[in-house]
Formats: sequence, structure tokens, C-alpha cells
Amino acid sequence: MSTVAAVVLFTGVIAYAVLGGADYGAGFWDLTAGGAQRGRRPRHLVDESLAPVWEANHVWLVFCLVMLWTGFPAAFAAIMTTLYVPLGLAALGIVLRGAGFAFRKVMVRTDQQRVTGAAFALSSVVVPYFLGAVAGGIASGRVPPGGQGDPLTSWVNPTSVLGGVLAVLVCAYTAAVFLTAEARRHEDADLEAWFRRRSLATAVVTGAVALAGLFVLRADAPRLLDGLLSRALPLVVLSGVCGLTALLLLRRAAPRVVQILAVGAVAAVVGGWGVAQYPDLLGTHTTIAEAAAPAPTLWALTIVAAAALAIVVPAMALLFVLAQRGSLDTSH
Amino acid sequence: MADLTGVAGVLAADPEQLLPARQMMAFTLGFHIILVPFGVAFTAMMLIANWRGLRRDDEAALVLARRWSQVAGVLFAVGAVSGTVLSFELGLLWPGLMGRFGAAFGIPFAVEGLFFFLEAVFVAIYIYGWRRMRPWPHFWTGVPVVLSGIGGTSAVVAANAWMNQPDGFTLDDEGQVVDVRPLDVVFNDAFGYEAVHMLLAAYMVAGFTIAGVYAVGMLRGRRDRLHRLGLVIPLTVAAIATPVQVLVGDIAAREVFENEPAKFAMIEALPETGTRVPEVLGGVLVDGEVRYGIGIPLGASLLAGLDPDTEIQGLDAIPEEYRPADRLVNTVHIAFQVMVGIGMVLLALSAWYAWLWWRRRRQPDRVPDNRWFLRCVALSGVLAIIALEAGWVVTEVGRQPWIVVGYLRTAEAVTTTGNVWLFCGATVALYAALALGTFFVLRLLRHRWREAGELAEDDDPGGEGDVPYGPSRARSGTPA
Repeated sequence: MSTVAAVVLFTGVIAYAVLGGADYGAGFWDLTAGGAQRGRRPRHLVDESLAPVWEANHVWLVFCLVMLWTGFPAAFAAIMTTLYVPLGLAALGIVLRGAGFAFRKVMVRTDQQRVTGAAFALSSVVVPYFLGAVAGGIASGRVPPGGQGDPLTSWVNPTSVLGGVLAVLVCAYTAAVFLTAEARRHEDADLEAWFRRRSLATAVVTGAVALAGLFVLRADAPRLLDGLLSRALPLVVLSGVCGLTALLLLRRAAPRVVQILAVGAVAAVVGGWGVAQYPDLLGTHTTIAEAAAPAPTLWALTIVAAAALAIVVPAMALLFVLAQRGSLDTSH
Repeated sequence: MADLTGVAGVLAADPEQLLPARQMMAFTLGFHIILVPFGVAFTAMMLIANWRGLRRDDEAALVLARRWSQVAGVLFAVGAVSGTVLSFELGLLWPGLMGRFGAAFGIPFAVEGLFFFLEAVFVAIYIYGWRRMRPWPHFWTGVPVVLSGIGGTSAVVAANAWMNQPDGFTLDDEGQVVDVRPLDVVFNDAFGYEAVHMLLAAYMVAGFTIAGVYAVGMLRGRRDRLHRLGLVIPLTVAAIATPVQVLVGDIAAREVFENEPAKFAMIEALPETGTRVPEVLGGVLVDGEVRYGIGIPLGASLLAGLDPDTEIQGLDAIPEEYRPADRLVNTVHIAFQVMVGIGMVLLALSAWYAWLWWRRRRQPDRVPDNRWFLRCVALSGVLAIIALEAGWVVTEVGRQPWIVVGYLRTAEAVTTTGNVWLFCGATVALYAALALGTFFVLRLLRHRWREAGELAEDDDPGGEGDVPYGPSRARSGTPA
């Protein structure tokens, strides 16, 4: 039963990494789009494609938090009392980001948009870095079972830096691929090329960092590396294959195909992390079974997750379909 | 409750993180709770306007619904992120609560997550669907927003109610949760009245606040149809909710008397257990005695048990190590009276509205435009928000020193690591910016709409046009 709950939790993590990640990455491109004049069109596309979906995508984070604290309360407390610095900063960053985005939509004057837009875009880069660093701290076993781990080295360490940098890159990559498809839908060839170039660049950089990361893990988190290269190897390979194929097809195939491959690459690598550390919950210790809440709670969570599958997933599908079909007018 | 107190630890000096953690939680929750009515109840008013617009082919009502949806969109975004901070804070500030009781306490939040998902999805469809969806299907996408708002609020209140009357779990000898009965956790004894009380409060706050905004506009001479509708729709909803709320509040108080005697003693600021207890209006507790209050003979006993001989437990019935300090008692006592007092004022206002309505029953347009009435409505929103905050203070401060009544003291749940003051300071600064930003953005919208008048914005050609930076297209060429 505890494994089922852990799978539910990790499914939430994957969903947030893909959907929330694409939103954060859109903020990355918003940040780097250049001056007011030059960056206007990419920003416009970011704004239009993000507006209807970002709140729904954001709920996945809340879903993960709730699953963790209800299903694995002791692990949740251990993580929170150890990694409170990056988590606290991420929480504040989330406020800045959401509010900045929502406010910018209403603003008209350039200087006002600049302030709110900067709040949105900067925090879009900072938050995934911190969340990635938190993942790195957990994966490398730096959260003691009873919590109260080192408040600094738990997130300032090689694996966390790798996690943070990878998170930012992966977000940027996913977003670039999504926005390429989005630009195609808007029949804007220039913008499509603009985002395609960036998909390509981030794909190459992400791949390189991931490869270099293997050496970081060998030195800093050998157990995680072991897991990645044994139990989780199929997923790691799948991720690599998806990523490479996406790279090769980027110029030729329909953006939709590339999009699916990119999602596959991200989902597989995040899932690979989960499989690599199985059956441990806190990286190298505290098994899922040890950390789990009593069975009835896990049942309740599974039922809620099943309800989410039955109700929320169709609703989100409806939202995405309407957004893709252009039934939602986000230009105001 | 007394037989359970052995579970909790011995009295110790408050840990140093307790004060900043409580300040921070209170500040962020107090901020978030003001946004709740606008995500939960305001959206219902928006749908009423939408319905009216479609049913009666009323262009003004449609413009109103469209504009309200834009306001709701901004407030929903701010509420979504400030709500997320609360989920982080539960772990960052209260790891003792989450680590020990997360298996029970977390269940209502899982249910809430489900509703939050639905709300986020349909809010987006509704807000952005105005122009390109067909009118009736678009209207129906708003309905899940209202329903999931009700469901989500109920679920969060269930978690709060559980802290007041914990149920649905079994502890082992070490105090660890070993068995959980999820339904008992959610449907605990305090759930029913707390949830209904909060939902009605949300409808009152949203109704009086929005009506207040339009009342100010009317007082300044803007009496177009938009303003009249904007006054009548929310005010009618609030005026219907208010008398029901007074009844529900009365039931809730009696439930608290039955089930949470310590909180009730704080509400009444009653030093000693007794019968024929007077109801003391105002007053503060100093050294075990209530001073400066006006007593209504037999009042408290009559209200609590409908019988002057009803015995009410005083603060002396609380074991000394769990007895709240006088300043906490006074906070709860005064907050309760503020809440009830405002409730009565709003009840009178609702009655006045009903009377004006009835008097104008033969006139085609029943909108009251009496200046004194409008002035009162203008104030009512602020009053309703104060009452909401006061009620929340009663239930939260009234539970102290417990975080889970009878099981876990707030001081035991608080974090022991980090510098909470720093985090608290950063949060206050950020939220101040958030509040200012929200205010500024709403003013901007108002300005834009004032320029457009009663027209839907897409009927207004020209306008502010393109801007060099950022995503905006011609603002005035687009609706909603």
C-alpha cells in the first residue's frame, strides 16, 4: 500500500516537473528575451500560452506537498526542518512569480510591466533552482530521518547544485519546445524559429550537463548513481533516447511529435530518480514503508488520487484542448 | 478533554521560535482569508450577473459579469499563491504538528487539493472563454468554480475544525498515530457548523464589499445601470446570507459551549464556573476579574443553555498548566464581541435593505438610492472583513495553548531550527508589496472601465493601443 502511495506522490512530482516546469521555463525565456522592443513578441507568446494554464499546473505542487505530508508525515517533517532555507525562499518566489504574472497582464505602461514582469521572470528561474537543489539534497541522502539536518550543506553541495542547474535547464528546454509548437499554431514562422533555436541550444546544454552530472554523482552520491545505472537504467536510457530523437527531429518533424518526445525525456529522468532510490524515500535511508502513514490514510489518499484521475484529468484535458483550439482568448 | 491531557508534555518555557512562528502564521492566514470570499463567493455573484445577462438579454449585466471575472481572476491568482505559502508554512513552522498528525490532519487537505484543481481549471476556462465560447456553455463552465469553491472551503475548514475537536485516529503508547478513520477525521464534531459559518461569512464579505464599492460610486454620482446592478446583486446575496448567518452563529456558539468549554470560557472571559452567569459586554480580564464591562444579568446562561440555571465552566475549570494568559482571554473575548456586534449591525442593514426593497415593490427599478443607506452599504464591506478576521481570531486564539486540542500544544509543534524572525520579516515585506500591487491593479481596472463606461470594452474602438514592452496587445480592443 505504501508503494502505491509513493507512486501516486511521484506521479505528482513528474506532472509538476513537466507542466509546472514548462511554465517556469517560459519565465526563463521571458527573462532572457531582451529589451522592451526586441522581447515583445516572445513575451507576448509566453503570456498568451501561460495565462490559462499556469494556475492549474501550479496545483500539482500543492498536490505533491499534501501527498507527502499526509502519506509520509515524518519524512515531510524531516525535509522541512532540514531544507527550510531553499523551501522558504521557493515559497516566497512562488508568490512573486504568480502575482507578478497576474499583475503584468493588467498593466499597460512599460515601466509598470517591467517591474512586475521582472518579478515574474526572475522568480521563474530562482524557484526551480531551489526546488532542484531540494531534490538533490534529498536524493543524496542529506535529510536525516529525524530531520534537523545541516541547514546549509543539505542544499549547498554538488548534487544539489547539479539538481538546481538541471531543473532550470530542463524547464527552459521543455518550455522552448512547447513554445515552438505554440508559435507554429499562431503561424508565426519567425517566432517558431526563435524558439526552435533555443530548444536546440538548451537540449545540447542540458544533455552535456546531465553527462557531466554522472561524474558529480559518482563523487558525491554514489548510491544514487548506482541506482540510476542499474534499476533505473531503462528509464535513463529512455530519457536519453527521447531527448536525442527530439534533438534530431527538431528541424523536421511536427512540433507536436517533438513535444511528446521532450515530455517523455523529462518524465523518464524524473521517474528514474524515484526508481533509483527505491525503496528509500529520503535518498539513501528511511524506506517508503517505514515513513508511510497508517494504511487507512494511504487508502484515502489513493481514493482521492483516483478521483483526481477521473475528474481532474479530464477537466485539465478540456482546458488544454480549449487552449490549443484557440477557444480561450487570453490577449487582454 | 481532561482525561486526554496526560498525552501532552509538561509545561515548559515557550520556545523562542513560537512568537515569530505564530505571528507569521497569523499574518499570512489573516491575509489569505480576506481573499477566500472573492474566490468562493464573488464568483457566484459573477454567475448571477451572467445568468441575468443571458436570460433577460441584459447587456449591462453581461458587461458586469465580464468585468467581475477579471477582478476574480486577479484575486484568485493572489489567493492561489498566498495559499501555497500556507502549505509550505505548515511544514516549515509546525513540523511537530505535521510529523505527528499529518496522517490524520492531512486528509482534508488532500480533498481540498482536488477542489483546488477543479477551481483552477474552470476559473481559467471561464475567464478566458468570454469571447470565443458560446454563451450558455461558457456560463456552465462557471458553475464548477462556485461548487469547487464551496467544496474546497469546506475541506480546509474541516482541517481547522479537526484541530478544535480532533477525531478519527488512534495513538499508541508513544503517542504515534497508528490507526486513522478518514471519514471521522473529515466529519469531526466541529466540521458542520464551522464550515457553514465560514461559507456564509464568505458570501457576506464578498457581497457587502462589492456592494460597498458600487455604493461609493453611486454616492459620487455614478448612477448608471452598471452601478445599480453592481450594488443590487451582491447586496441581495449578502442580505440573504446575513440572517442565516446570525442563526448559524448562534448554533455554533452553543456547540462551542457544549464541546469546547475552554474556548467558551475565553469568549465569555468568565473567571469562575457558575450558574446564572451574566453576559458581559466589553470589559477586560485583569487579575482574575472582569473590569469595565456592562453585565446583562443571566445573559450568558440564557444564551448558552436557554435556561438561567445553566452552568458555564469558567477559566478556573481549565487545569492551571493549560490555562491561557489573560491577554489571550481578552483577545478572544473582544474579538467575539466585535464579530457579534458587527453581525447585528449587518443584520439591521439587511433588514433596512429588505424594507426599502419592499417599499419600492411597484417601481420598475427597485434600487435604493437613499444617500444614508448608500453610506452604510459603503461601510459594510469593511465591517464584514473585520468581523471575518475577528471570528477567525476567536477560533484560533481561543484554542491556545493547544494546536490540536488535548493532544499537542502549539509550543511543542513549532520548529526549532532557523531564524523565523527573518523569514517572517521577508514575508511581511513581500505581502505588503502584494497588497499594494493588488490594490494598484484593481484601480487600474477601475480606471479602464470608467473610461469605457457602460460599453463592453470591445465596443470601444481606439483606446490605449499597443505598448512596446511585454505581451499586451491593444487593450481596449479586447474584452473581459
